[in-house]
Order: sequence, then C-alpha cells, then structure tokens
Amino acid sequence: MMSVLIATSVTSGVVVLVGAVFLACAVEMVEALTIVLAVGHTRGWRSAFEGTGVALVALTALVAAFGPALVHVPLSTLRLIVGGVLLIFGMQWLRKAILRSSGLKAKHDEDAIYEETVAELRAAGESPDRDRIAFVMAFKGVFLEGLEVVITVLTLGTSAHRLGLAAIVATIAVVLVGIVGVVVAKQLSSVPENAMKMAVGVLLVSYGTFWTGEGLKVRWPGNDTMLLGLVPIYLVVTWLLVALARRSSPSAHAEALAQ
Amino acid sequence: MKVGSVVVRLVKGFAMFWWDFLVGDTPEITVAVVVIIGVVALLSEAAHANAVAFVGLPLLAIIALAGSVQRATRAARRKRP
Repeated sequence: MMSVLIATSVTSGVVVLVGAVFLACAVEMVEALTIVLAVGHTRGWRSAFEGTGVALVALTALVAAFGPALVHVPLSTLRLIVGGVLLIFGMQWLRKAILRSSGLKAKHDEDAIYEETVAELRAAGESPDRDRIAFVMAFKGVFLEGLEVVITVLTLGTSAHRLGLAAIVATIAVVLVGIVGVVVAKQLSSVPENAMKMAVGVLLVSYGTFWTGEGLKVRWPGNDTMLLGLVPIYLVVTWLLVALARRSSPSAHAEALAQ
Repeated sequence: MKVGSVVVRLVKGFAMFWWDFLVGDTPEITVAVVVIIGVVALLSEAAHANAVAFVGLPLLAIIALAGSVQRATRAARRKRP
C-alpha cells in the first residue's frame, strides 16, 4: 500500500514536471524561431546562425554556472524561492492567456511578429557580408526566450531533484519545435500558442503553490499527489475567469449592441 | 573606464530583466504573492494551523489571479468608446 502511494506521488510529480517543462520550452522556442526565421529569410542565414549559436553558448554557460550552485542552496529555501517565482510567473502567463481567450487582449500572432521583424530588418538597409544588425536580432531573440527556458528548467528541475530529466525534456521540446518549424517555415502561426500558454500557466501555478507550501513546511494531504489535485482546481478557475472576462470583452459588447 | 561601463550596463540589464520578469506590467501579482507567502508562513509556522494553510494557499492564489484579471477587465472597459 505504502509503495503504491509512493509510486503514485512520484509519477504525478514527474507528469506535471514533464508537461510544464515541455510546453513552456515549446512556446518559447516558437517565439525564438519566428525571429530567427525572419532574420534568416531577410538578411541571410550566416548572421542568423551566428547570433543563434552565440546565444546558445551564453545560455549553456549560464546553466553551467548557476545549475550546480543551486544544488547547494538548502532545499526548503530553494523551494520557497522557486515556489514564489513560479507563482508569479505562472499567474502572469495565466492572466495573459485568459485575457487573450476572452478577446480583451490581442492574440500572439506569429505571422504579425514575423512581418514586423522583416519590415524592421528591411528598413535597416542593405545587408553586408558581416551583418551586425541580423546577428544582434537573432542573438537577442534566442537569448531572451532561451533565458525563460533556462529559468523554467533550473527552477522546476532543481526543486524536484530532477534537473537531468527537466534538461532532457527541454532539449526534446526545443529540437522537436525546431524541426517542425524548419519544415513548416513561416506557418508557426498555426501553433495553438494561447492554449499552450494557458496549460503552462495552470501547471506553473500548480507547481508554484505546491513548492511554496513545501518551503513553508505545509503538510499537503497525499504529499506529491496533491500536485495532480491542484491542476484541475486551477483549470476550473481559469475556465470560470475566461467566461467572466468574455462578458466584458469588446466583441461581446458589440454582439450585445447588434441584437 | 570602458570595462567599468560594460559592467554597469551588464548589471543594469540583469536587474531590468528580473524586474520585467517578476514585476513587469502586473505589480499586483508580485505584491499578492509576497503577501500570500507572509500569511501562509504565519499560519503554518507561527499558528501551526496546517489545514488552514493548505486550503488558504491555493485560495489566496485564486483570489490574486481573479483580482488581476478584474483589474485588466476594468482597464479594457475604460478604454472602450
């Protein structure tokens, strides 16, 4: 009985960890890839790849510097900090996804971002052999989106004592989105980004609640299994908030006026 | 001098990143999470009220999220012609 309970709690923790890391990394990769594709198509692939490569080296250095250091932080302190950061981060994602779903905020449009980046790069004039603008644009895109991936992997991985698993899942998500992105090229807008963002938000808030509690020595009923209990609670709350926010959206207002 | 200005720029950039990351345009969420941690710490460690703490933690998070969405909704309503 005890072994079944332990196995269930370990599995539920792993499922939420894998889901959160995979979806978060996939969303960030879509955003980074959109910028790299825009740079490559407009100003040539050499500088786009150089910018991407340098950003990846910088991100790897950050992981190598902070990853082992985080392991030495006392577990309850680490979990409290990680829990707080995940709660803030998760609620920001969830809020944005709720506002986009209800029509109160414009959806993240990869096509529009692609076109905007292309227009910005074209306005910069002719592209020389060594293109500084393209390099900086690709570097910034990959580094800033990658930094969010690094924070997600480090915080979730170290607090769950599964940094290796988190890193592997993140790599799979990044490679998978990279391959799909290259194949479909400019059609990244068809990725259901808001739904993914909402799912990540729910998982991050669930993890954040759980780790904050662990850090403050709250004894959860069912231990790690409680993580799986928090996910449906936040899903229902999200659904309710979307329904309530929809009533206030301009589209709902316009429909009401038309009737 | 040059090295100093590069270091200042790096530190500024690092601080700006964390400010945008943790506060950005939703300071109410950051404040709410700090308050939640304080309240749950009091309940759990000072009052030893574990049951209230594990019910209160997600409940306070839900209230904070609903409050932030409500704030954005009101702002959108004000913008509506």
